[in-house]
Amino acid sequence: MSFLIPCPHCGPRSVYEFRFGGEARKRPAPEADAAAWAEYLHVRRNAAGVQTEWWFHRAGCRQWFQAERHTVTNHVRRAFRVEEETGRDAL
Amino acid sequence: MDELFQSRRMWRRHELKPHYDVAIVGAGVHGLATAYYLAKEHGVRKVALLEKGYLGCGSSGRNTAILRSNYRTVEGIPFYELSLKLYEQMSAELGWNVLFSQCGHLTLAHNDSGVAGLRVRAENNQLLGVDSRIIYPAEIRRLVPALDVSSGAHWPILAALYHPPGGIIRHDAVVWGYARACDALGVEIHPFTEVTGMETARGRVERVRTTRGDLAAGAVVNCTAGWASTVSQMAGVPLPIVTHPLQACVTEPLKPFLHHVIVSATLHVYVNQTDKGELVIGAEIDPYQSYSFRGTLPTLEQMATYTLELFPQLHGLRVLRQWAGVCDITPDFAPIIGRAEDVVNFYMDVGWGTYGFKAAPGSGKLLAALIATGRAPELLEPFAPGRFRQGRLVGEKAAAAVSH
Repeated sequence: MSFLIPCPHCGPRSVYEFRFGGEARKRPAPEADAAAWAEYLHVRRNAAGVQTEWWFHRAGCRQWFQAERHTVTNHVRRAFRVEEETGRDAL
Repeated sequence: MDELFQSRRMWRRHELKPHYDVAIVGAGVHGLATAYYLAKEHGVRKVALLEKGYLGCGSSGRNTAILRSNYRTVEGIPFYELSLKLYEQMSAELGWNVLFSQCGHLTLAHNDSGVAGLRVRAENNQLLGVDSRIIYPAEIRRLVPALDVSSGAHWPILAALYHPPGGIIRHDAVVWGYARACDALGVEIHPFTEVTGMETARGRVERVRTTRGDLAAGAVVNCTAGWASTVSQMAGVPLPIVTHPLQACVTEPLKPFLHHVIVSATLHVYVNQTDKGELVIGAEIDPYQSYSFRGTLPTLEQMATYTLELFPQLHGLRVLRQWAGVCDITPDFAPIIGRAEDVVNFYMDVGWGTYGFKAAPGSGKLLAALIATGRAPELLEPFAPGRFRQGRLVGEKAAAAVSH
């Protein structure tokens, strides 16, 4: 189903203006072992439900941001600038 | 004679028993093929197929029914070729017509890198005994007169990989044929029986919970598509899979004019004409992860635009219906088949992306051998679940992404 994403800069726009960047995951520490990096690189929760994920507004502000979307209904609960989220270690 | 006109159940109904030798989650073509070979070749008949919907309601009934084996890698080519050979014998083996038409399959190239890619595939295919070769516009025009091979096309056709044994099958017939054969061998098929959870202890799946009661099994097999991550996570096994929808559509029927499967990876489209005369058109996967089965207008527009690039004369044709299936995409565009690394009785046959239907018989046969003997057949080794941890990816991307 096509849907709208409320870009934090540009407002609600068609999903086809955006590039999907995958589920947001915590990066391992630089000194983490190879197994931790292999897991970070490949393993995904692939949730059938709400997930926090990266989007890039390629036909708009050309900024990366995150959104919470239900992957079964495609309903986007909210979208936000990562740097404005306190306590979120997403980068 | 009267018998011919009596309706008979192709598979029976059963009460769910508390224990099975093998419990297979998902009664699509992969689960059915695995159960069939377990019973037929290994004498393992206490098998339950647990299906949350009706048989073939998932990807087995949503794909575009294209069969081929002209893949790119040394791992992939013999693996898909095994299935193609099994499909060739299937009607005779199951006593059931699966309507396999080996009409031939053409993958088009529209630029130099595309031609180079086809050449690699042609060479690899020929080395491994698969009938596959490069042909150029004069021969393409002779084979498929309806195709626009003029140099004035927006994306001119420079060459094609011609794979004569490729073709089209009736995908529902394959599901029903396997289900009927499984039932005759004593396998229990349980439709509308959704697996809701698993209990694990000491590195084993001890119980499987379903909407019709719990059961235990010597081996539990995840043969789902679209729910592969969800089902494996029930057993505590994370997967490197991202699920995307893939859409297709079918047009109103025309007189027969197209006798081959036409694929263009550059144009993200594949087209064939069914025996009824309808065109079946498939797109690439949707550009974002989702479990939604709803069609979208942008994808329909894309399918129409690119089909008209290949066949401009179809501009007035109407679309009858459009649908979506969900595809479990792995990082190397190759499936994950084998025993879970940390759960000794949990097997997986997942991550089939956009190429699962054409690989089902071979995959089921090899997986049944692994479950029954404990040893992985050589053809399965490259697809083991541990390869991502070890950094041994297969690299089938060039052939598998959209080229059905």
